[in-house]
Amino acid sequence: MKAKVRLFARLSELAGTREAEVELGEGLTAGGVYQALCRRYPALSGLNGSIRYAVNGEYAEPERRVGEGDELALIPPVSGGSHAV
Amino acid sequence: MLFEVKRAALDPQLLIDHVRKDESGAVALFSGVVRNENLGRRVLYLEYDAYPEMAESVMRGIAEEVMGRWPITDVAIQHRTGRLEIGETSLLVAVSAPHRKEAFEACHALVDRFKEVVPVWKKEVWEGGEEWIEGEAVSRSG
Repeated sequence: MKAKVRLFARLSELAGTREAEVELGEGLTAGGVYQALCRRYPALSGLNGSIRYAVNGEYAEPERRVGEGDELALIPPVSGGSHAV
Repeated sequence: MLFEVKRAALDPQLLIDHVRKDESGAVALFSGVVRNENLGRRVLYLEYDAYPEMAESVMRGIAEEVMGRWPITDVAIQHRTGRLEIGETSLLVAVSAPHRKEAFEACHALVDRFKEVVPVWKKEVWEGGEEWIEGEAVSRSG
């Protein structure tokens, strides 16, 4: 069982990739996938206080189960829109 | 309604035409533009990243929230990605309504909500450094 992970902005620079595939163990959650990615990309470690998760394009809690074929995104704090006006 | 993340330059007239209906007496348009200074630093340019599919669905969600609070006739939102130079437009939010008050208020609310939840990020590049700007706080990646 595999899930696709997408990384953006600072997280993609820290990991050096915008996409990764993670082998899913039994009962793996969004937060658990992040921990697995931290082992592969140690530069991502220590950010669990600031990142949010999205599963298949919708915000999700860290406890959300991730299943076969799901797309998990790691969402750093957003800063779009106008330039701090 | 129109919700779009794109690399090409944004055209405000296109959004104004899109949202204007015969029952609209007002169209409010917000343009977010790249300025040359932030926190005392001389900004050279910005680099925007986005999760486009999710950004578009989250934009639709905030537009529906706002349409539940104000009697507006239509909404359109576009955001650019990639490198933007000083003076270029990064965000357009257009709202039409029968009267100006609702158009202004709904437009203001949409811009505020956009900055809270839509997955779009900017990196500020200045002379000698760069930094992803995260929310209100400034990160230390540069």
